[in-house]
Amino acid sequence: MDAESAKLLGAGLAAIGAGLASLGVGNVFAKFLEGALRNPGAADGQQGRLFIGFAAAELLGLLSFVVAMILVFVA
Amino acid sequence: MAEGKVDPVHQFTIEPLFGTDQLSIAGHNIAFTNSALWMAITTLVLIVFVGGGARQALVPGRWQMAVESFTGFVDDLLRSNIGANGRKYLPYVFSLFMFILFANMLGLLPLALFGLHPFTPTSHFTVTGVLAILSFGIVLIVGFAKHGFHFFSLFVPHGTPVPMIPIIFPIELISFLVRPFSLGLRLFVAMMAGHVLLEVLSGFVIAGTNGGALTFGIAALPSFILMVGICALELLVAGIQAYVFALLTCVYLNDAENLH
Repeated sequence: MDAESAKLLGAGLAAIGAGLASLGVGNVFAKFLEGALRNPGAADGQQGRLFIGFAAAELLGLLSFVVAMILVFVA
Repeated sequence: MAEGKVDPVHQFTIEPLFGTDQLSIAGHNIAFTNSALWMAITTLVLIVFVGGGARQALVPGRWQMAVESFTGFVDDLLRSNIGANGRKYLPYVFSLFMFILFANMLGLLPLALFGLHPFTPTSHFTVTGVLAILSFGIVLIVGFAKHGFHFFSLFVPHGTPVPMIPIIFPIELISFLVRPFSLGLRLFVAMMAGHVLLEVLSGFVIAGTNGGALTFGIAALPSFILMVGICALELLVAGIQAYVFALLTCVYLNDAENLH
């Protein structure tokens, strides 16, 4: 396999990371909604923590995009 | 495929404008680029927006209400994350939040219809990285000015068992030092990924339309409908990323202000 096709395969494999991060982000919001429906009174106060969790989960997915971009355009 | 192919990263090209490409100070090129132009436009729109609403009418009109809801929002953010002594960061966090929000939103304007090409300054790591370093620098300055070398107790959470300290300390230190990178990277990648996605879909629409009626029906039309949906999603992402940047700045400032 030549280097160019290996790069593109690697970039494609990095997309798996984006899919897995979608599980994480979905999980964050699903659990929040689950808790919020059980105790709606406490839900509004926890929105900051919701978005911190979302940001942490999302960042790891975005890193896989960075890996793909580096493989396609930089490496 | 060679003809009519859309290059998805061409939109991020930084080019000098108004013939200033040779302008330099001490050997460093300081050309007025399209990035600088759009940051200036963002600042101008922001000043007009806030200035126009900064009236003190007892019964606020629509404009004043819009500005007040933004300031109130950032004020709440600081109050709930830092506490009463967090109000002194309101000017910084408000400017940060509004600048990122306006830069993200202005970059999504469909100005290309009139031949202008909107540019999103926040889709470049140089811009978001500087904003992140600014936040991180304020955290460091406030932390050391307020607590002196006691600030290092941030890396050893209260009540850590002594045998755990050699393991916890490097982990906390690394997680602290990575903050400016993760802060800047998140905003830049979220913006860039969204714009690349829209451009790739527009490439499908163009190629499908050029291919004839069949490819128009099975490729171009669904891509176009998807693109409209993604545009709405991008507006949401523009807001969320500005909010997350301001929120994480507040959380980090809270560490510096109150330790833990």
